[in-house]
Amino acid sequence: MMNLNAVFQYFTNGMDLGTFLQHLTNGISLGSLYALVAIGYTMVYGTLRLINFAHGDVFMMTTYFAFYGVSTFMLPWYVSFILAVILTGALGMLLEKGAYRPLRNAPKISIMISAIGASFLLENLAVVLFGGRPKAFPSVKVLTDSVQFGSVSIQKLTFVIPIVTIIFLFGLLYLLNHTKTGMAMRAVAKDYETAGIMGVNVNLTISQTFAIGSMLAAVGGIMWGLKFPQIAPLMGVMPGLKAFIAAVIGGIGNIKGAVIGGFILGIGEIMIVAFLPSLSGYRDAFAFVFLIVILLFKPTGITGEKIAEKV
Amino acid sequence: MRKKASVLVSALLVGALVMTGCGTKAPSTPAPGSTGSSSSGDVIKIGVFEPMTGANAAGGALEVEGIKLANKLYPEVLGKKVELVLVDNKSDKVEAASAASRLVEKEKVSAIIGSWGSSLSMAAGDIVKTAQVPTVAASATNPLVTKNNDFYFRVCFIDPFQGKVMANYAFNKLNAKKVAIVQEVSSDYSIGLAKFFTDSFKQLTGDENAIVGVSNYNTGDQDFSAQLTNLKAKNPDVIFAPGNFTESSLLIKQARQLGIKAPIIGGDTWETPEFIDIGKDAVEGAVFSTFFTSEKPITPESEKFLAEYRKEYSGKEPAAVTALGYDAYIVILDAIKRANSADSVKIKEQLATTKNFAGAAGMITLDENGDAVKDAVIKQVKNGKFAFMDIVKAK
Repeated sequence: MMNLNAVFQYFTNGMDLGTFLQHLTNGISLGSLYALVAIGYTMVYGTLRLINFAHGDVFMMTTYFAFYGVSTFMLPWYVSFILAVILTGALGMLLEKGAYRPLRNAPKISIMISAIGASFLLENLAVVLFGGRPKAFPSVKVLTDSVQFGSVSIQKLTFVIPIVTIIFLFGLLYLLNHTKTGMAMRAVAKDYETAGIMGVNVNLTISQTFAIGSMLAAVGGIMWGLKFPQIAPLMGVMPGLKAFIAAVIGGIGNIKGAVIGGFILGIGEIMIVAFLPSLSGYRDAFAFVFLIVILLFKPTGITGEKIAEKV
Repeated sequence: MRKKASVLVSALLVGALVMTGCGTKAPSTPAPGSTGSSSSGDVIKIGVFEPMTGANAAGGALEVEGIKLANKLYPEVLGKKVELVLVDNKSDKVEAASAASRLVEKEKVSAIIGSWGSSLSMAAGDIVKTAQVPTVAASATNPLVTKNNDFYFRVCFIDPFQGKVMANYAFNKLNAKKVAIVQEVSSDYSIGLAKFFTDSFKQLTGDENAIVGVSNYNTGDQDFSAQLTNLKAKNPDVIFAPGNFTESSLLIKQARQLGIKAPIIGGDTWETPEFIDIGKDAVEGAVFSTFFTSEKPITPESEKFLAEYRKEYSGKEPAAVTALGYDAYIVILDAIKRANSADSVKIKEQLATTKNFAGAAGMITLDENGDAVKDAVIKQVKNGKFAFMDIVKAK
């Protein structure tokens, strides 16, 4: 293990500013991806108190939809991407209808196990339908090129992803706080039985929540595919878990918290490798250790929002 | 509050379950028509354990292409039909061990072929040794696969040689003085090859500090920006990055995006179509060592293999590991013929004495460890294809 003194030396004489800035942009770029996936995760949790373990696999399905749109149906990339997002929204609704709605009044643990089942189902379905060999995600030159700032080289996508994340963050906040649908979602989140009695269409609202949550995963998936252009049936597992961690760090159920958590996780992972290169094989472990520490000392996450528990 | 925490902790535990389970979900794919019967009767069973899903799926698929082609051309031995029993080891070490167990215990195969990936082969080592079933790896290059294991053989060269070949290439052809290494820490192949490269390169340069940086990543990682940014600051002449094809291809892509101009070289695992599909322009010029090239057929068997392969896969050129998969099958068949029996111990005895056997990827003589000594081929990605560059003699 590296002691404090060694860490200090790394800070003082190791790294020049250009390298540090390069690391920082790498971290922001990765962090905004985590944030984008985490928003959808946390939104579904916020409304239903359900940790949707299939979120990462929904994300994987999107990348295949986009892949086949471009390669098999010869659609222009933007059409294919939009179609993939819509299809993923439909998939989310289907998943809710098939795997979660029948269990809505069952204990929470049953619905969580059902979520894990849904996750396995999607993964195996992808192996059968798309094959186990990885495929190359369509590349979009205008987005994946690099630009040079002095010694720092930055992929255009590095600017695009945080912007997309911020747009969707504000869009979602607007939807939740300033529209009728959003009000219904908040009412269902508080107490769906009472909301139902007050005339909210609970089934429709929950369906909408899943559609939006899955579409957010879809946007994350497309951004992920553009940045790491390799898609495989199990590709959603790690991003799904990382987004879950980001959501917990930020206080699960809290949308702004998920974005902050995503950035902390992304930048933290990069910095661990940057300053302690000998630990670079353990960067995933870092994320999980961080999760455990947060759960031990601040289980409500850094935003510290108290959510009335109904379990 | 406590309740909430406990829900989250249980969620975390379940999450961990999902993680550990991630390599174990795909259904295994037994060959059609396979039953639980033993090799006796009028079929001889040869087991094949290869990664058909997961991180190494493309490598496994290429090897299976060769094995199936060989089985099609040579479907019989000793007047009995040879039946292939294919099990998927899912690119996972635990699965590889259970796949091998299934082949020896349930399927009662006479011999086994596999696996792409040294770690996966090593995971099965003790099982085949205890069960006394001879196993031939097609392209697993780590020396430990066959070491202290009389029942494990291979039809390819080993990594001390491959490491030397690439160190020589970096030193003599690229005039490199300083090299940085990026290795896949979860792969025995990558770690071993990086070590042998390091030893040879230090010897060639006479410089203990010739390796300016070593970075690690895990199988399945997709983001290498931090590791590469660190190495960029060290300004190496060449980067040696042995590892799985998808990770390597993403790594090279990201290196180019970060403005790293140094040549990036690697090992035999790169030769899969996915490497070029994913890397596109970025992998243009990437150089690696491998086992065989279709541009230099070595034996009459090479000619036969190439002709049949091109017929079967309409004009596609075979990868080196496909030729080795083919060789692993015909070497076993030859041993069965000489043993005049489907008994696995007798087959093993004959395999160990394999000498000057003409395979598709060259002459095969197995040494006392059960390793083949063969020339290495250097290939380069040129215009989106793997192009032959050079042959390096074994001795």
